Amino acid sequence: MADTTGALTEAVYYILLSLFKPMHGYGIMQNVKALSRGRVSLGAGTLYGAIGTLLEKGWICPAGNTKDDRKKEYVITETGKTIVNAELERLEELLQNGRRITGGDES
Amino acid sequence: MKHVIHKPYFNWEKEEKWLNEMSAKGLALVRYTWCRYEFEDSAPGEYIYRIELLDYPALSLTSRRYIRFVEGTGAEFVSSYFRWVYFRKKAADGHFTLHSDIPSQISHNKKVRSFWLGLALLELSAGLLNVSLGLTPKQNWFQIVMGGLLFVMGWAFLFWAFQITRKIRRLRKEQLILDA
Repeated sequence: MADTTGALTEAVYYILLSLFKPMHGYGIMQNVKALSRGRVSLGAGTLYGAIGTLLEKGWICPAGNTKDDRKKEYVITETGKTIVNAELERLEELLQNGRRITGGDES
Repeated sequence: MKHVIHKPYFNWEKEEKWLNEMSAKGLALVRYTWCRYEFEDSAPGEYIYRIELLDYPALSLTSRRYIRFVEGTGAEFVSSYFRWVYFRKKAADGHFTLHSDIPSQISHNKKVRSFWLGLALLELSAGLLNVSLGLTPKQNWFQIVMGGLLFVMGWAFLFWAFQITRKIRRLRKEQLILDA
């Protein structure tokens, strides 16, 4: 599967951004909420599923060595960072086109 | 004080809504077993309840790992019954939802649908078996009536699974235009 062509879901995008610093589940939820100024509230089930998939894909990996599922921390991998950068480029394109056509950007 | 209410629920969303209405009245669920809800007094609206169907029985290792994860996000595990689990969170701690985007809502709905389809199949085949055993070699009315009842229940479950399919279809349509 070509990992870089599809758009990331908002949840995955913000989870990956959060994990530029090691964080546990609840930390991610709070961070995503803060980043989006309260707009995005991740559900625990959604987050758990996303973490599982991201681990499988190797975009994130466990950090630290706690065995406690409540406090397990994760961090983004190099692959994950590449994905985020590709997504940033995609988002730039969306923004530029949007601004140009709606007249928000005169350049 | 303990309050016990017996009530059957097909629809976990309606069940969840009812539990939250009870919570708003100051009755907080503390235990669930088949059609039996046990409540304790609490401050009105103290808790928000959420129900989820897991992939494996709640006591299995995989499920326990998930339950601990959810607990780590500030929720409390209240009760479980087979693969169904009941969580709650203090309303003062803010918003509480388990499936916050469409893909995970779809996958949860699919899980619930398979659950009811499995039960429907079981009831339908048990019903059929009972009716046919009741008819031969000589008529056993008890078995025929029991079989008929099982059969009717099987159809009801099947109908409910179909309702969930409609809901999944609606979610899929939404997913075509929304990344939420």
